[in-house]
Amino acid sequence: MMRYTLSITIALVLFWLMNSGMFTPIILMLGVVSVALVVFIARRMDVVDYESVPFHLAFRLPRYYGWLMKEIVLSNIKVVKHIVLGKAYISPSMATIKICAKTDMGKVILANSITLTPGTVAIELEDDEITVHALLHEDLEALKAGEMDRRVCQLEKS
Amino acid sequence: MDMFMEILSGIFLLTGALLILAGGIGLIRFPDFYTRMHATGVTDTLASTMIIIGMMLLNPGALAIMKLVIILLLILLTSPTAGHALAKAAFRSGLKPISNNKSQQESKSSKR
Repeated sequence: MMRYTLSITIALVLFWLMNSGMFTPIILMLGVVSVALVVFIARRMDVVDYESVPFHLAFRLPRYYGWLMKEIVLSNIKVVKHIVLGKAYISPSMATIKICAKTDMGKVILANSITLTPGTVAIELEDDEITVHALLHEDLEALKAGEMDRRVCQLEKS
Repeated sequence: MDMFMEILSGIFLLTGALLILAGGIGLIRFPDFYTRMHATGVTDTLASTMIIIGMMLLNPGALAIMKLVIILLLILLTSPTAGHALAKAAFRSGLKPISNNKSQQESKSSKR
């Protein structure tokens, strides 16, 4: 609990400094007061926990994001190509896929990553199954092969 | 150097603009709701990233770049959430995707 409070305080202070960029005493004091108020309210609402402050992921997320960025660029190029080719070449399909991500955090990261890559949208997420709609059948097959699922699984394993 | 940065940022901005145009064209060309959503995905992800990178290159201040990074993260975190909410709402209210892979093959064979 204490370390989550501490890390959310650091994050909020950095966010304040980033957004204000002014270092006169009065402004800094206002910043301190508002950060303290937000932390106090967040603690009272009982939302300061491993979900709102996921710093156990902080060291592994950059690598995953790098891989995800590459995937996003590749699938963007693919979708733009099919926009130019027209609707005779697309094969919209839908399927329910079993996933290995266990925690809520992992499931949300996986579903968001699927929706973020153009060409695939996560429609339903229940227990350990996810319903995906894809613009191209081959994208669906790639998801079934489970590269993304495997990476998210690795991410949440601590 | 300034000239170089301006040209580079121009290239990024132009790429972003073309990608948004492609997303818009896809929105019109694709046949049903779900496939149209895939077209808007291009606008949400790569196009906005390109435009924000272009703006970063134009701006020398570290603070402005930080703010642009925050805007980019916000777009990348919220747009899939909104997209998922849209798709789920459509699916729950009974809108069926037009064709799965099987009927696609059938329509292809009937064309021949």
